Amino acid sequence: MTEGRNKVVTMAESVRRHVPDGARVALGCALEPAIPFAFAHELVRARRRDLRLVGPISDVAFDLLIGAGCVAEVDAAWVGNVSAGLAHCYRRAMEQGIPRGIVVRDHSNFSIGLSLLAAALGSPYIPTRSLLGTDLARANGTFREATSPFDGSKTLLIPAIEPDVTVLAVQRCDEDGNAQLWGPWGVSQEAALAAKQVIVVADELAEREVVRADPNRTIVPAFKVAAVVIQSGACHPSPLQDRYDRDHEFFHEYHRATRTVEGFDAWVREWVLDLPDRDAYLAKLGDRWEALCRREQVRPPGAQTEAKTRSSALRAQGPLPLEPLARVDPERGSE
Amino acid sequence: MNVTPGEIMVAQAAREIRDGERVFVGMRLPLIAFVVAKRTHAPNAVGLFELGIVRDEPSPELLYTMGDPPNVRGATWCARTVDLMGLLARGEVDVGFIGGAEVDRRGDLNTTAIGPDRAHPTVQLPGSGGGADIASLAKRLIVIMPHDKRRLRERVDFVTTPGHGPERGWRGRVGLRGGGPSVLITTLGVFRFVDGDAVLASYHPGASVERIRAETGWDLRVADDVRETEPPSHTVLTIVRGYDPQGFWTRRGE
Repeated sequence: MTEGRNKVVTMAESVRRHVPDGARVALGCALEPAIPFAFAHELVRARRRDLRLVGPISDVAFDLLIGAGCVAEVDAAWVGNVSAGLAHCYRRAMEQGIPRGIVVRDHSNFSIGLSLLAAALGSPYIPTRSLLGTDLARANGTFREATSPFDGSKTLLIPAIEPDVTVLAVQRCDEDGNAQLWGPWGVSQEAALAAKQVIVVADELAEREVVRADPNRTIVPAFKVAAVVIQSGACHPSPLQDRYDRDHEFFHEYHRATRTVEGFDAWVREWVLDLPDRDAYLAKLGDRWEALCRREQVRPPGAQTEAKTRSSALRAQGPLPLEPLARVDPERGSE
Repeated sequence: MNVTPGEIMVAQAAREIRDGERVFVGMRLPLIAFVVAKRTHAPNAVGLFELGIVRDEPSPELLYTMGDPPNVRGATWCARTVDLMGLLARGEVDVGFIGGAEVDRRGDLNTTAIGPDRAHPTVQLPGSGGGADIASLAKRLIVIMPHDKRRLRERVDFVTTPGHGPERGWRGRVGLRGGGPSVLITTLGVFRFVDGDAVLASYHPGASVERIRAETGWDLRVADDVRETEPPSHTVLTIVRGYDPQGFWTRRGE
């Protein structure tokens, strides 16, 4: 067995080493779940500037980076607060230039996925029949209409986007950087394959044999990964499948608190700048955090023991069940 | 308990789903419309969620977003956004739902920005999400909107998601293959698209043609057989209120 180097570093170290000012950063690529909010908070604490964000929807991760003055450009399909409504910092930046003006290139979820897929495939662009004739396609500024040389049909060419770094939040990762994410992937895999390098934020460090027993869950090969951060609870208030539920009310509180610049500044002080790291943040959440974990770590009715379920699934040659596998105990190995 | 506009809209949206159809479900009220359809007339409908989920049973508990863990448990497929969008692009999805901030009489929607200059908006909206793709590519589109004169406009400021465009035959000419909007369901009534134009087909209980005319920003066209929207049945209300007991989606703004 060839073993790679240990890539495990702290969150702060991963930002210091791999995210300079002006970097093109993709994050929040699984859409609503598995958004690495703790990494976004670290970017704010490190006072990164002129970042160029790439992502499909991000829930409020992009909003808070914009509000904190970290962002120069956004390529995204949607910047808002999914269960609460508009994004106040994004509005202030676009409508009033507060705290600074930003450049936005409008996308749809398909077009941002195709941009990243093109880069992942090493292609300059991918044609699509979505968005033809829309103001969105025109306003983006980077798309081109073209006639297919094969059938003469109209297409829209979506150019590749290559992030300097893609940040993925996952359930588990080994120290080499083999990261395993389950639940919907959104555009995570394309974003990771497209990037010059990947930072993985994993809820737990997995033994190598756990990864190797189930390689279909590995999202990109370890050689794409520059740094591994082991941090439980890194996605709160977004959910991480089988680990913790979404904290809906936290999103709604953020929405209310950030209506004004002063309110946003106070929120960032309370939840980001005045806290040294994610562990302190989770401690501040207290019982609320415990409840979200309890909600998501309840075994569904009828679930058998891990070993039994897993071996019977293997015998059946069928798709492996998610819930039990998520809990394979590395101590016991893969029987 | 009074029936809310949200509940009437959910009931109507559910009726638009036919049994056996593949449905791009989307967020908010359509999440509940899918539940109602599945538990009443469309038990064989399949739900697709653009972040990469396919389900043949609705999530047993209320969803605040399509990515909530209960929407993954019991799913039949977890995949990538481009896989789900590819199914749409191939014409394999029957119907999709979207909402927006502004809609015009041609069913074009704006979810990007209010104001004449997109780079310097009067109001910055969140953007397309997957809405523009669903509107481009689904065979049929169901649009759901709050009814307000400022939202139902003659022409929207910015076409984020394509409806039937400025004139007849526009979709085909620009190369769009999906069918475009078939119905617009608002808090006051239901519009059907005839030759690409929104025509009032029904007004909800408590609303009227005159009130809708006053609250609509284009010269209202009314169907010859306009009538009252069928109110939600007791069964449907029981499903809706059982699924969203606090009225998070169906009693907003009450």
